Amino acid sequence: MKSISRRRLITTGLAATAGASGLAVAARLAQRYGLIPPDHGGIYGPGETLTYAAQRLMTKHSLAREFPGSMISKSPFANEVAPPTEEFKRHQAAGFSDWRLAVDGMVARPLSLSIADLRALPFRNQITEVVCEEGWSYIAEWIGTPLSEVLKEAGALPQARYVVYYSIERDWWDSIDMADALHPQTFLTWGMNDGDLPVSFGGPLRMRVPRQLGYKSVKFITRLTVTDSMKRFGKGLGSAAPEGGYAWYAGI
Amino acid sequence: MTHWVTVACFLALLISGAEIVISHPRFYWGETGNVNMHPLFTLPMPSSRNTVPTKYGYVMPDQNGWSRYLHFQTAWVLVLTGLVYLIAGLWTGHFRKSLIPEREKRCLQAYWERTAQYLRRAPPDAAEIRSYNVLQRTTYLIVIFVLFPLVIWTGLALSPGFNSAVPMGVNLLGGRQTARTLHFFVSGALLLFLVVHVVMVALTGFRSRMRAMITGRVDGPGGR
Repeated sequence: MKSISRRRLITTGLAATAGASGLAVAARLAQRYGLIPPDHGGIYGPGETLTYAAQRLMTKHSLAREFPGSMISKSPFANEVAPPTEEFKRHQAAGFSDWRLAVDGMVARPLSLSIADLRALPFRNQITEVVCEEGWSYIAEWIGTPLSEVLKEAGALPQARYVVYYSIERDWWDSIDMADALHPQTFLTWGMNDGDLPVSFGGPLRMRVPRQLGYKSVKFITRLTVTDSMKRFGKGLGSAAPEGGYAWYAGI
Repeated sequence: MTHWVTVACFLALLISGAEIVISHPRFYWGETGNVNMHPLFTLPMPSSRNTVPTKYGYVMPDQNGWSRYLHFQTAWVLVLTGLVYLIAGLWTGHFRKSLIPEREKRCLQAYWERTAQYLRRAPPDAAEIRSYNVLQRTTYLIVIFVLFPLVIWTGLALSPGFNSAVPMGVNLLGGRQTARTLHFFVSGALLLFLVVHVVMVALTGFRSRMRAMITGRVDGPGGR
């Protein structure tokens, strides 16, 4: 076996120090430019961080693919949800006229919007694909109010970094960063294929985040909270998904 | 070194990939596909989701969470390892010297002769103890420069974020579900390569080959 020379020891030591400080600087820069996901800890943290950072550098303004009307799925699949609660059934019986979307957190003007209020804001449509992490997919036309319009209405503060959104269903909540929250295709969706959004597809109100997997498109939205940190929400991992073992960032 | 990292990555990707497939063991062609549509084919296995109709009255446990985290992290390690291997291969001339078939072997005749030698189960020529024959070279080139790039491409085409940045990536393949089906088949081809590769190594003498790979030492000509 070769003995380790002094020169070799010094070069290796210097290289290791340079590597470690390089990593530290990279981590500081990544934090500053919002390239570190809330679920960056644990053994899969490095992979998640690489994926999220690479995507944010590459996809900040990119648009999800839109399709011609002829490609709208004839038989979209409504993934199963928990059976509706009594509270939900009451809303459904009233035609969702009492449904409210609360907007709070780091906003200048907290809001409480009905579906009719949302429809009065500028709205858009998009024909995009819902892509489930399990492997299936379908294309539909989604009609809704861009989340950015609601954030503008509420006056989201400049230090905002995430928008947290809650379903009427207990323990179903998620969050997206501002790149996705202000993205023109991120909708608070209330219409689908020229009709009202059916309950099985998340009606009366569903968050659509077409640049991420379907599980980010939470159904039955009742509340938005704008924040600069995910630390105080749940276990601080960004959403309910990582608490159940799934990645927070689902743009892969 | 890169070989063994790749082995570890491939096995991790294979296991986690299989776990993900179990949640929807149906495959489609084109852009969209779900249980309300006709599949191209269905794997004969139960699913880990009760929304997927199967012939089995049994729902497997859901392992997708950790499988997905592992799959994507390992993909990063594999791609970075592949880059190191590519740069090293170009730098040292490994591809040119050891993988591209020798000039005189670039004809059907050479391929046929070596195949016949395998079929006769004749022992390899002396030159093959230190180098690869024309069939090995071609297979390795296909695995390195066709199958691995394809499996990475079809994998990236399944990422909605990546697709928004590079829509051609998925459109050129003919749609999302086609990309998923191709990803499955290319992984299958890589698995087939792995099995044949390991069988061949075992037939040549597992211990002497491992010693040669790890230490670079080869017994004298004629030795196995």
